[in-house]
Amino acid sequence: MDRRKSLKVIVLGTVSSGLLLDACKTEDKKTIVTKMPKASEEKHPGLMKEEVAHLKEVDSYTYFTPHEMKTITILGDIIIPKDDVSGSASDAKVPDFIEFIVKDKPENKVPMRGGLQWLDMQCLNRYQNSFAECNHKQQMEIVDEIAWPKKAKPEMQQGVNFFNLMRNLTSTGFYTSEIGVKDVGYIGNTPNQWNGVPADVLKKHNLAYTPKELKECISFSS
Amino acid sequence: MGNFQIKVQPKKYDAVIIGSGAGGGMAAYILANAGLKVCLLEAGPNFNPAVDSKQLQNPWESPRRGASTKYRPFGDFDGCYWGWEIDGEPYTNAKGSDWEWWRARMVGGRTNHWGRIALRFGPKDFKGKSADGLGDDWPIGYEDMKPYYDKVDKLIGVFGTNEGLVNDPDGIFQKPPKPRLHELMIKKGATAIGVPVIPSRLSILTQKLNDTRGVCFYCQQCNRSCKIFADFSSSSALILPALATGNVDLVVNAMAREVLTNRDGLATGVSYVNKEDMQEYQVMGRTVILGASACESARLLLNSKSPRHQNGLANSSDVIGHYLHDSTGADMGGIIPELFDRKRYNEDGVGGMHVYTPWWLDNKKLDFPRGYHIEYGGGFGMPVYGFQWGIENLNGTYKVKGKQKEAGGYGASLKEDYRYFFGSHVGMAGRGEAVPRFDNYCEIDPEVVDVYGIPVLRFHTKYSDYEINQAKHMKETFSNILHSMGAVITWGGDDGPEDNYGLHAPGNIIHEAGTIRMGNDPKKSPLNKWAQAHECKNLFNVDGGQFVSQGDKNLTWTILALSLRTSEYIVDQLKKNNI
Repeated sequence: MDRRKSLKVIVLGTVSSGLLLDACKTEDKKTIVTKMPKASEEKHPGLMKEEVAHLKEVDSYTYFTPHEMKTITILGDIIIPKDDVSGSASDAKVPDFIEFIVKDKPENKVPMRGGLQWLDMQCLNRYQNSFAECNHKQQMEIVDEIAWPKKAKPEMQQGVNFFNLMRNLTSTGFYTSEIGVKDVGYIGNTPNQWNGVPADVLKKHNLAYTPKELKECISFSS
Repeated sequence: MGNFQIKVQPKKYDAVIIGSGAGGGMAAYILANAGLKVCLLEAGPNFNPAVDSKQLQNPWESPRRGASTKYRPFGDFDGCYWGWEIDGEPYTNAKGSDWEWWRARMVGGRTNHWGRIALRFGPKDFKGKSADGLGDDWPIGYEDMKPYYDKVDKLIGVFGTNEGLVNDPDGIFQKPPKPRLHELMIKKGATAIGVPVIPSRLSILTQKLNDTRGVCFYCQQCNRSCKIFADFSSSSALILPALATGNVDLVVNAMAREVLTNRDGLATGVSYVNKEDMQEYQVMGRTVILGASACESARLLLNSKSPRHQNGLANSSDVIGHYLHDSTGADMGGIIPELFDRKRYNEDGVGGMHVYTPWWLDNKKLDFPRGYHIEYGGGFGMPVYGFQWGIENLNGTYKVKGKQKEAGGYGASLKEDYRYFFGSHVGMAGRGEAVPRFDNYCEIDPEVVDVYGIPVLRFHTKYSDYEINQAKHMKETFSNILHSMGAVITWGGDDGPEDNYGLHAPGNIIHEAGTIRMGNDPKKSPLNKWAQAHECKNLFNVDGGQFVSQGDKNLTWTILALSLRTSEYIVDQLKKNNI
């Protein structure tokens, strides 16, 4: 069921006088007055005009080169690969998210581009190929030198910083995607009736509601 | 009825109200329902939560996944336009001052995204000086305000419980929601060390209040503003009903420049800039009511100079702008190993804490004079930008499913780590009372104007040892609670005297007040006990400016009660032709 429809069901269930039924009767002066005009154009409901202008500006150019995007994609899928629970970072379109976010948060532009360059230089020196052109074994060798902050050699520290940033941006992009939200198991963001911690969870943690809480708090019959 | 642009407005209103937040919204509501004609000026654009809220949007529906921007510093889904900086509207700090100033610009103001924390002042909060000699007493007390708090509880709605606490008074409460898992653990751990935990008091409807507002469906997104009006926003709960009376002309994108006065020194109206055409307009009224927020209202008065009011309107006391104060704030958080790898269920409650800690100690035994309450957070939150950022600091420290791992990493093992730690975080924040001082103030900057040509504010603020010692105590308390509940501190545990124990900069808690305080002595206070200017009887203030002090109680509920009281007084005085 569409979220907004399920919203109406829940509200009608809890409001005995049928709030939303009343709202349909446009003549009734007691109902919600929606005569205030909308804040902004239909295309971007609820956005300030400055936000719309900013989005236009961000979307007007491309930052990463195709080569950089290829590298970002390979790294992203090393960080978040497909596993038996969910897809990979590229399945969740994380590279597109990273392209957007460095333009939206430009303080990331230099660390990202510089990190990608650093990585390519490391690979050129060792393997005479950029990272994207290396074979999988070579790619994992260099990744293993920068993916473990507590084990990395001191001269690899810039790479460690870059990989930390890539890991954080990749996971942020992944776990806020539809695939990632499902993977991590967040099941909220929907009309709900909060009736307290489930009984089996209470039992597991040796917790219970007091008689006072059971009496004074909102309850929903299951 | 409705919203139209005013040019040279021949219509004389009963009241011109500046600002559509809690105070201005309540004033518009009361006056309009009393049959008076109101012009409500709002510096920002329109905002109707039913239409403009981002409630129930998924994280992937924001291109930045909910990250903050300068337009929405609290995150892309947050229901507030602007915040710490506004294009074209600078402010300044004197050398050594570090005031942070939040300004919303929208119909309903910051009540669209506020924390919903609705705490009455208690008797002690009105009489601080009588108790410990610091600051000043309010010219009114709890007994004066109780009837108005009761009215606000009934008009707008708040959940909570009556606990018989003297300084956290009983109210007319709807039922609170049951505590969540981390809240039960906080309650157990805090109570074991003598820190009380009681149901919170939030302005969210868990039960039907009236025919125009819905009942909460626990999406935990109050800060986005509520499409079914289940939580209080001035826009939905006050402005829309006020508009429905037909007595309110709402003018948006109207930046007030100054309050106009006549030769007798009485207010006659307001001069404002229409932001859309950058032209000047004037609107006349029998009264002028300032609800632009504490510092903006002070700024308006200081900028409204005239031969009769050379120091700014109603300011021969020279006090306007002074006694500026904010809530204090310090915080700490960590993880609860007992909650690693826990069972998933829909844990969304209301958009705020279900429990909190009211101030519980005797300041006479402490090295700071005023108290603080504690707010709690945790649980499964919707993943947004920054989700488990910095996992390299966590996944090598704790065994994951019995395996000791190396910090950082990648791959299927990393995905396992994100799942493992999700929902195990907990945090707490103190919100305390600062002592208002004359030498904490804002004034007109002699050199700087904003893009509308209006002189801006310059701030002079600094916390004292009273506030710093209070923050130190907060940190000790949080550390004790976290340990008692089996949590491990992961942030906020390293502060010390070198950074004022993590005490937030003044203004950062966004509870600014005191700049146009009330008092019986016109030499020390610009306003009388009705929030009416001593020197200009048809000029009123209904925002945080009028506060003499603010307890540890967050301002909004008292702003609403004061505005209701002042508005009924204005209606009475206008009908008697006294003003």
